[in-house]
Amino acid sequence: MQNEWLYIGLFLIVGVALPAASLIMAAIITPKKSNPIKNSTYECGMETVGDSWVQFKAQYYIFGLVFLIFDVETVFLFPWAVTLNKLPLFAVIEGIVFILILLAGFTYIWRKDALEWA
Amino acid sequence: MNLWTNPIQVIADWLMQIFTGWGLAETLASVLIDLIGIVFLVVFILILDVMLVWVERKVVARFQDRLGPNRVGPFGLIQPFADIIKLFIKEDITPEGADKVIYNIAPVLSVSSVLILWAIFPLAPVIIGVDLNVGVLYLVAAGALGTLSIIMAGWASNNKFALLGAFRQVAAMISYEIPMIVVLLIPTIFAGSMGMLGISEGQQGFWPWNWYVFLSPLGALIFLISAIAELGRAPFDLSEGESEVVAGFHIEYSGMKFGWFYAGELLHAFTFGGFWAILFFGGYNFFGLEKLGPLVSAAIVLFKAMVGYWVIMWIKYTLMRIRIDHMLAFNWKFLVPLSFVVLMVTALLNTLLRDAPTATFILSMFFSNVIIAGITIEILRRRSRSGREKVEGQASSGVKAT
Repeated sequence: MQNEWLYIGLFLIVGVALPAASLIMAAIITPKKSNPIKNSTYECGMETVGDSWVQFKAQYYIFGLVFLIFDVETVFLFPWAVTLNKLPLFAVIEGIVFILILLAGFTYIWRKDALEWA
Repeated sequence: MNLWTNPIQVIADWLMQIFTGWGLAETLASVLIDLIGIVFLVVFILILDVMLVWVERKVVARFQDRLGPNRVGPFGLIQPFADIIKLFIKEDITPEGADKVIYNIAPVLSVSSVLILWAIFPLAPVIIGVDLNVGVLYLVAAGALGTLSIIMAGWASNNKFALLGAFRQVAAMISYEIPMIVVLLIPTIFAGSMGMLGISEGQQGFWPWNWYVFLSPLGALIFLISAIAELGRAPFDLSEGESEVVAGFHIEYSGMKFGWFYAGELLHAFTFGGFWAILFFGGYNFFGLEKLGPLVSAAIVLFKAMVGYWVIMWIKYTLMRIRIDHMLAFNWKFLVPLSFVVLMVTALLNTLLRDAPTATFILSMFFSNVIIAGITIEILRRRSRSGREKVEGQASSGVKAT
């Protein structure tokens, strides 16, 4: 094995190809008797009113923003965690201060009621 | 080195001799050998996945005091194969107005996002696809791909119920990913490595005291909860809540495409049960049995993964679905602060007790977690008590307290 990521790439190709092959096989052998009523959206239920691709609740967007902050933070923490066993106490406390600063931001978000599902 | 101590390497060397004997270049031959290994592994996982359908149906039947599949073959073992044949010959309906390309990619992606996790799954020290030095991050990234498939399915179906289910799942996933990544830092701290082999080796020893679940029980619990939320299984299965959004993101899917969503979900649960075992329950280490040989190690990991899967099923069929605001509040106001506190305490204690004897280290880690849990429960109790008093005070205003 020369390259780890080559292996991952091969794995991804096989992992996509096998399910895709089964879907193609299924597409060949399944009956095809389509008609407009069968193909309509939500066939056996109520008729859809209006466009399905609608605007959605803004709250999802706020949670997305909060997520982004913490996601970036944790990526920075991984190198710190890997070398933690060799770091002096000072560097460990620096990492903790970094977390605390972000938790202060988190408290701000919390107090601003951005975490409420209103 | 023989077939028992290192089977993969022996077979790879043997194939290498054959391929180079045919006149293939060594690089090409090794790529070909990798490819053969991958195909074998993926086929093994997919067969395992088929059996998981049987396990799931049998176990849920027992939970609900039923018999479960018992007609097709002994104990209904052939049932999942019959199901697959049925799914294969079902008509595949693409609803009108659907985004056809994305609609068809989504089920494939949902299962391949789980399959690629097995590239870093350490079955034994010598049976591992590739020991990535960023294994933990790879785990998170592949999990995010599964969520991508869900929003693709929901968006492309051209159905409002599907879209709603997909939005809910994405909200759950991006929320619960934070505590998950934070507790993934804890095994990383103990092992000093992000690779799955490094984490497994860090938990070596005859007795299971070195397992990270004893060093960080809260971390193991938070990982389990956020893994369940990311899987979209009950009590966090809002993306497919039958009574609200019918079937959620896969409402418009039929035939084999639905089958892949179903199979992908089961395999996802099993795989996360496996990673739970690897990260916190010692991986292939089990009372020195792993020294017998790599095949024994693989059996141990798969057994532990099955136990983890069983725990996830147990939770799924015991608890009820929670409301979306409760789900998000539970994560952001409880799990996120708790996981950061656990991380900070772990990092600090790990540094302060660096030179302490192992017994002291393990005991103080364990009891620090117990103390954090106790404080958390006390805070929750006070909060809910004051909340209850507020409600009761409003209800009985004017009535004198005795």
